[in-house]
Amino acid sequence: MKKHVFIIGGGVAGAEAASQLVKMGFDVTLAEKETQIGGKLNQWDRLFPSKRKAAEVLDFINKNLVDSKARVLFNTEISKISKQNGGYKIYAGIEECTADAILISTGYDVFNARIKEEYGYGIYENVITSVDLEEMFRNGNKIFNSNKEEPKRIGFVHCVGSRDEKVGNHYCSQVCCVTAVKQAMEVKEILPRAEVYCFYMDLRMFGLQFEDLYRESQEKWGVNFIRGRVSEAAENIDGTILIKVEDTLAGRPLKMKVDLLVLMVGFVPSAGTTEIGKMLNLDLTPENFLKPADEHLDTSSTNLKGVFIAGTCKSPKTIADTFADARAATLKIKEFLEGSEK
Amino acid sequence: MNQDWGYGINKDRQIDFDRNDRRLAEYIRKYVPSYKLCISCGACTATCSTANLTDFYNIRRLNIFLMRGEIDEIAKHIDKCMFCGKCELVCPRGVNTRQVILIMKEGIKKIKQNEQL
Ligand SMILES: Cc1cc2nc3c(=O)[nH]c(=O)nc-3n(C[C@H](O)[C@H](O)[C@H](O)COP(=O)(O)OP(=O)(O)OC[C@H]3O[C@@H](n4cnc5c(N)ncnc54)[C@H](O)[C@@H]3O)c2cc1C
Ligand code: SF4
Ligand code: SF4
Ligand code: SF4
Repeated sequence: MKKHVFIIGGGVAGAEAASQLVKMGFDVTLAEKETQIGGKLNQWDRLFPSKRKAAEVLDFINKNLVDSKARVLFNTEISKISKQNGGYKIYAGIEECTADAILISTGYDVFNARIKEEYGYGIYENVITSVDLEEMFRNGNKIFNSNKEEPKRIGFVHCVGSRDEKVGNHYCSQVCCVTAVKQAMEVKEILPRAEVYCFYMDLRMFGLQFEDLYRESQEKWGVNFIRGRVSEAAENIDGTILIKVEDTLAGRPLKMKVDLLVLMVGFVPSAGTTEIGKMLNLDLTPENFLKPADEHLDTSSTNLKGVFIAGTCKSPKTIADTFADARAATLKIKEFLEGSEK
Repeated sequence: MNQDWGYGINKDRQIDFDRNDRRLAEYIRKYVPSYKLCISCGACTATCSTANLTDFYNIRRLNIFLMRGEIDEIAKHIDKCMFCGKCELVCPRGVNTRQVILIMKEGIKKIKQNEQL
């Protein structure tokens, strides 16, 4: 009889793992709480590093998943998981399934910018997040402030909800620096006359092509970079936003009026990730992501035999790294199910 | 003796790390260890009313002078802090900024009185 793998979460990680596992000859069920596959990708317009449409990547995973004929349960959340005959019994929506292995790919949530009250998200209309800006891009590249005017000056605040003791998140979310650079260029493409400023503490351009994007943003698009952490934002009577920062390289405090302020929100473990982690009593990292069995030698297994993890439920990641991680997890699952793992 | 010869020896501009006075830096590191975590982001300066209105070297710059051992520079500025604590609210590294100022004052006083730090 074919072994059965139950996957929780159908973002890039879960969807890619599902089609790969079917190819390897396993039965696969994928439970997704939403009505569509793709997770966060459904909210993005164009992707770094190449600015290809997110829809292209979505088409790829959707097509593979359909072709694989993996069983997909939409609108389905997990209420309970118990051990049974060396495997697991999973209560998924109205169904009860048994599985020989479980893959958790429940992803991340973006940091709730309202918590960082001093930036005024949810209070001032012209303070938005990187997620809101993607939505503007997807809705036909129309960038307006609350007065329905095209913004003349736009600021990007890096590290919102990341690298911040005050919100309890010490870690770097990895992708927001390059996302800010990508979005800054896109803004300049749409509004060539607008001034764009990025306020950063460090620019973390770790990917092979990321530094080139940074260069391009300066050379081709004239994006400005100011090294300093924005301390606070306030609203002027006309709805513009006054920000305060130190230009640390000049060594002087600086104030600036912007028409639109974009907060680069970081990654936190998704509600689903936290919930499933608790349900199974999985080990967590100090940052509350799901913890791999070994940081170098086995990043796909967990402290629970037969339970595996992939994607951003483990740590912030790019899409490319999420794909690679999902494929790595399928190999580990195969090893486990075919009994070669001790 | 105090004749003006019309030329003198220019003090060079380098930070001389082999000679700098690390006493105060070590003292602060011991009593306010969170200051070691400063990443010079400038949020404290941005929010500090004194730094916005005067030439006050805020927590970030004080740390740089401290590491360089330029105690005189620190002594010149330190009394300008009003202890309002705004800098502490915005610091992403959780530096105990007011304690920094307090201990710095204490250390400088001891140095001036030639006391052991
Ligand atoms: C603003 C922004 C822009 C970005 N742009 C790029 C980019 O241009 N290029 C790039 O490489 N990366 C980008 N990223 C990163 C990218 O979004 C992630 O790498 C990718 O989405 C991770 O996929 P995932 O499958 O791990 O997680 P997710 O996309 O979060 O998928 C998790 C899935 O699990 C489901 N789920 C959660 N809990 C449960 C549950 N209990 N039961 C069932 N289902 C559940 C969710 O509904 C979701 O479908 C960006 C990130 C941000 C914040
Ligand atoms: S990637 Fe950049 S913006 Fe995001 S947390 Fe890291 S340093 Fe901050
Ligand atoms: S406590 Fe001192 S340094 Fe900090 S913000 Fe107030 S005046 Fe400025
Ligand atoms: S806010 Fe904190 S980390 Fe940033 S410069 Fe000031 S003391 Fe250093």
